[in-house]
Amino acid sequence: MTEPLPDRAAGAAETTSPSWSRRRQPLTRARAFRISVPYLLIFPVVAAIAVILGYPLYNLVKLSFEKYGLFELIRHSGTWVGLDNYSSVLHDPVFWHTLLRTAVFTVVNVGLSIGIGTLLALLLVRVSAWVRILLTAGLVLVWSMPVVVAVQVWYWMTNFQNGVVNYALTQLRIGDYEQHDWYATTFSQLGMVTTLIVWGAVPFIVVTVYAGLAQVPSELVEAAEVDGARPWRVFLDVTFPILKPIFLILTSLSIIWDFGVFTQPYLLIEQSRIHASNFLMAIYLFEEGYFKSDFGRGAAISILMLVMVAGMSVFYVRRMVRMGDVE
Amino acid sequence: MSRRRRRARFVWNAVGIAAFVVMVFPVFWMISTAFKPDDEINRLKPTWIPFHPTLTHFRDAVNRPFFWVDVKNSLIIVVVTLVLSMTLAFLAAVALAKFRFTGRKLFIVLMIGIQMLPPAGLIIPLYVVLARYHQTNALTGVIVTYMTFVLPFSVWTLRGFIIGIPRDLEEAAMVDGSSRLGAFVRILLPLVAPGLVATSVFAFITTWNEYIFANVLLTDQSKQTVTVWLSYFYGTSRHTDWGALMAGSTLTAIPVVVFFLLVQRKIAFGLTAGAVKA
Repeated sequence: MTEPLPDRAAGAAETTSPSWSRRRQPLTRARAFRISVPYLLIFPVVAAIAVILGYPLYNLVKLSFEKYGLFELIRHSGTWVGLDNYSSVLHDPVFWHTLLRTAVFTVVNVGLSIGIGTLLALLLVRVSAWVRILLTAGLVLVWSMPVVVAVQVWYWMTNFQNGVVNYALTQLRIGDYEQHDWYATTFSQLGMVTTLIVWGAVPFIVVTVYAGLAQVPSELVEAAEVDGARPWRVFLDVTFPILKPIFLILTSLSIIWDFGVFTQPYLLIEQSRIHASNFLMAIYLFEEGYFKSDFGRGAAISILMLVMVAGMSVFYVRRMVRMGDVE
Repeated sequence: MSRRRRRARFVWNAVGIAAFVVMVFPVFWMISTAFKPDDEINRLKPTWIPFHPTLTHFRDAVNRPFFWVDVKNSLIIVVVTLVLSMTLAFLAAVALAKFRFTGRKLFIVLMIGIQMLPPAGLIIPLYVVLARYHQTNALTGVIVTYMTFVLPFSVWTLRGFIIGIPRDLEEAAMVDGSSRLGAFVRILLPLVAPGLVATSVFAFITTWNEYIFANVLLTDQSKQTVTVWLSYFYGTSRHTDWGALMAGSTLTAIPVVVFFLLVQRKIAFGLTAGAVKA
């Protein structure tokens, strides 16, 4: 059922070749070819995805019902164990603690990223042009930093011996942070991971929200100000409703990204200090499945995680599909 | 401007500069440390700017074992992934932008949905499947893995660029008697070239920065990528060579930063496009 896109897509092509558009036409070879063109075009991508993603996903489902350790990895086949992996994971208190910790972690990270990002975007509107250019340039620079590089810089800045963070906090009389170990407690470890993630996430949010702010009619804001509305009221009643679609998209994207975060906690918290008490979901999955070579159980955790993220993605995907479908 | 207004502007500017300093400081600190001699780095009272700048750390970093090999690996992976992905993705993007067909919506869902999969969730199946075909510890395994993410992203982004091309140009070619395919190659391709470049650069950045799969799939030090090389930098030694670590970090970041600055404007909104209009 190939039909060229209406108006924009079809246009002149349709009028110059009238035989094309009507259904009743006998299936000539030319017409058959024309119908198959889009399928021929997407075929390579579909085939590639089916092989490189579909096949592993099929295996993931299969693995999650199997006992699959190092021995099975060498033998290339597992033993069917039914729902054992799932019940083992779901009866593991570590899983539930990790889930709760990851949920809290995600809420905090998303909240901070969007909160700080929005404040900076609002700030951008108020500053002089040269400050705006300076700040935007700085944000883009931060945005472009590779995660692994950012981790190393964080690690250097916060190391207990001569990290600049300890020095600065002590000098500013915020407290005695000499030799303070930021990676001593779970709270502090995840706090460091949070600062790193928020720092990296803020630029994208600022740029997006700032672009959205340009859509807010300035007359509306000014009218509200003339009426004596306080700034935060103006934001809540005038700006926010207009920006709502942007915030929804940003929030859902951030939730998906932060829930599945791996590299930052994995590299920033020293290997010897990663254990059940500071697991995030992706780390739990990695340690239990890959590190312990218990691939069957790891597969069950992966499936649970993928299902959760898929649930979170529904809103974003639907939104994007709707616009992709219209165009 | 009234005095009150000017005063407010001054305060906002000050806040803006403070925000700039806080955000950029880590990047500044990385570069500054990379150029400092060791005694300035290890001093308890830090110096903000390197007073006696030195290139020693850069020399140390590139002379570390496996630096050049791993850079080469990264480049091979990036180039092959890019060439394969862009070719396949371009065709599919044309189908999405220029045709309506049954299954189109499903295809779009697939392209967007895949980008949302958390990479960590795919470690186990990819590792097990690739091990089955002896593709762990091989660049091919990593290239195939990266294509899972680069392909959907590229299809989606290129689609946006192709839609942006004026219809009349393509029609003009067809009136001249060219086939649809001919119109394509002669008219569409040159017009879509900037989009192709921008998408490639973004794919380059994603691939160059990738860590999770490279770390799991490539165990041999001579097979690893730069990000993995950098992540193993401090290794087991108790005394970390901070200067060299920051020099290595700077070197890893440079290509990405340069390319990112070039295309940032073009791509950044792909993720949220349409949100404003809706």
